[in-house]
Amino acid sequence: MDTKKYPVIWLQGAGCTGCSISVLNAVSPKIQNLLLDELVPGQQLNLLFHGTIMAGQGQPVIEVLRDTEKNRKGGYILVVEGAIPTAEGGIYGSIGEQDGKHLTIAKSVEELGRNALLTIAVGTCATFGGIPAARPNPTGCKGVKEVFTDSGIDTPVVNLPGCPLHPEWFTGTVSVVLFSGAQALDLDDLARPKLFYGKLIHENCPRRADFDKGKFAQKLGDAGCLYQLGCKGHYTYADCPLRQWNNGVSWCVKAGSPCLGCVEPEFPDGTSPLYEKITFEDLK
Amino acid sequence: MTKKITIDPITRIEGHMAIEAVIDDGVVKDAKSAGTLFRGFEIILQGRDPRDANRLTQRICGVCPTAHATASALCLDSAFGLAGEIPDNGKLIRCLILGSNFLQSHILHFYHLAALDYVDAAGAVGNLAPFIPRYEGDYRISGQANAELVNHYLRALDIRRKCQEMLSIFGGKMPHSVGIVPGGVTEKPTEDKITNFLWRLNEIRDFIDNAYIPDVIAVAKAYSDYCEVGRGCQRLIAYGGFDLPDGRLFKPGVISENLSSKQFAKENITEDVKHSWYADSTSGKNPAQGQTKPDVKKKEAYSFMKSPRYEGKVCELGPLARMVSNYVQGDAKAKELVDSLLSQVNADVGALFSVLGRHAARALEAKLVADSMVDWLQQLKPDETAYVAPEIPDQAEGVGLTEAPRGSLGHWIAIKDKKIDRYQVITPTAWNASPKDDKDQPGAVEQAIIGTKVKDPDNPFELVRIVRAFDPCLACSVHLLDVKGCQLGIFRVV
Repeated sequence: MDTKKYPVIWLQGAGCTGCSISVLNAVSPKIQNLLLDELVPGQQLNLLFHGTIMAGQGQPVIEVLRDTEKNRKGGYILVVEGAIPTAEGGIYGSIGEQDGKHLTIAKSVEELGRNALLTIAVGTCATFGGIPAARPNPTGCKGVKEVFTDSGIDTPVVNLPGCPLHPEWFTGTVSVVLFSGAQALDLDDLARPKLFYGKLIHENCPRRADFDKGKFAQKLGDAGCLYQLGCKGHYTYADCPLRQWNNGVSWCVKAGSPCLGCVEPEFPDGTSPLYEKITFEDLK
Repeated sequence: MTKKITIDPITRIEGHMAIEAVIDDGVVKDAKSAGTLFRGFEIILQGRDPRDANRLTQRICGVCPTAHATASALCLDSAFGLAGEIPDNGKLIRCLILGSNFLQSHILHFYHLAALDYVDAAGAVGNLAPFIPRYEGDYRISGQANAELVNHYLRALDIRRKCQEMLSIFGGKMPHSVGIVPGGVTEKPTEDKITNFLWRLNEIRDFIDNAYIPDVIAVAKAYSDYCEVGRGCQRLIAYGGFDLPDGRLFKPGVISENLSSKQFAKENITEDVKHSWYADSTSGKNPAQGQTKPDVKKKEAYSFMKSPRYEGKVCELGPLARMVSNYVQGDAKAKELVDSLLSQVNADVGALFSVLGRHAARALEAKLVADSMVDWLQQLKPDETAYVAPEIPDQAEGVGLTEAPRGSLGHWIAIKDKKIDRYQVITPTAWNASPKDDKDQPGAVEQAIIGTKVKDPDNPFELVRIVRAFDPCLACSVHLLDVKGCQLGIFRVV
């Protein structure tokens, strides 16, 4: 039987490439498997466009975008990394030149998004705007869902926030789509899969016992709960303490740093000052 | 016949970049490099808690966040009056975190960003995306040798991942690690972490010695003409970096064309704006007095990057600059590494000023850093402090200069009422990919392109090989701009 291939277009907007680098850190499946192998029996991804990885450049890769949008209508997955600058007609961010003009990020996300089977927004910039959209949001950055709503695009969006996102939040989401179909993704009201974003960090934190006993770190490097040092794990929903990062080596709190709340829609404005302890107001 | 080539996007770099070259009789006569994304980080930082700059500026770049973590920590250390107070453990762990990132960045750069210009991946794995489409016409390695390089491309994906895992032992996670903070690092070292780190490092060192460096030499032998292509401006700067208890791994220096070295002084940096969209009245200022007044109506302008210059001269930053700076200042390890490589490819020091010279310098630097990290690990004092808690002053200024994988990096801060009043970042790519300056001297990448022979304007592989050898990082560079009040209707970045 022929392998079913899902063409993937990965666009990079106003971001830092950190989510791409994070996906390169995937362990099982590895990035090699994502690129070359059947991810689940009989099905694989076919990464047609990725600015950091693909061999091509210039006009030929812009053609790939045009060709996919036209000839694979409703059959490809669009991945968006980075926020979408919308101020001044989107001129703050361009992904290349088309017909002698800038192909803005905003235009390409809209055009490719309209005809995609599914759009996956990776990282907090692409989902909620993130740092580029932080006060005073100089370039009018927005997340994918907001751009789609503004433009009347009804392609389903899955939000995988995180600064960066954990690679398994991506590979796991793709696994659900390939095994069971996109409709099988159980999303919360922010379009995040509950599989990864369903648990409160504070409830699964190895320092939770310290919190319960009132043992608080007074400065970085101390043992104890990091609440006094600004930990945002009390309102942040992600499975970092259970899954851990970089092949299970560590995660923020294990390394002695308070959780920054980087998966939450308020990041960074609503979670800063990052080292000031949260108040009951924050929890409302 | 004159022909204009636009390559937009330039891929396999960090960020959004375009190159325009004017070709006359098959030779590049003029070149322009520009970034095509602007986020406005410095505007976003204004008014925030100064400590947050250490977390937020890492998000400038997901490839080299630890360099920004280091520069911002040094910058805040100095603003908080802690520059002399960082415990040795803190200094060493900062260097181990930064060093791990150098290794992942350099290995990623050679194998996954640059190598596809020389290695025929489609020839080995088939005509699959993302290995096609590509510029055709000059793949010279075939058969078993090519298959082995493609095999190393795939293995290098594991090795660079393992660099990140090693970093996370002290850094918590990557990208955007959490270990480096103003005052030191978040965790004390323990014996188990040191040993865990060491054995991960040893596997990476084995790959650098037995794959990375030999592969760069193999490519250099097959494409020996690229040991002459892309010479560039041949003036180099290193701010110096990796602050250890007993000095710095990379020596600061200003290296002129005749390989003589002068002391580096940050006061000699100026930024020109004649060809940038900023008011001419702000041109030629040191970053400490720098102003950013946009003027997008300027006819001569074609970039939102300014043109940093040293004593008015164009300079190149990066692994080439660092290795040559250490080499000419008599650093024994750098000298041994460089001389040994040059003898293997039968070339002199001058050959380093080239496309493949930059790749070679990067590979040797990976070895220098990786081998040094073994010593740093052994200097750690288990369970002793690695951090001193800062207090935020009402008012202060600070500077943090360090080395990023792509070259020297500087952060500047002014604090007022315990908040960030002004934050400024000057990155290596801002130097390397800068536009022409007030004297119309082209930037370093532009100079490296000008004069290059282009065989086929539809497949200008020569130009992308030159650009990629600089390892440009555009997200790092184009955040610098303050475009408040711009009338962007007329703006076009080429």
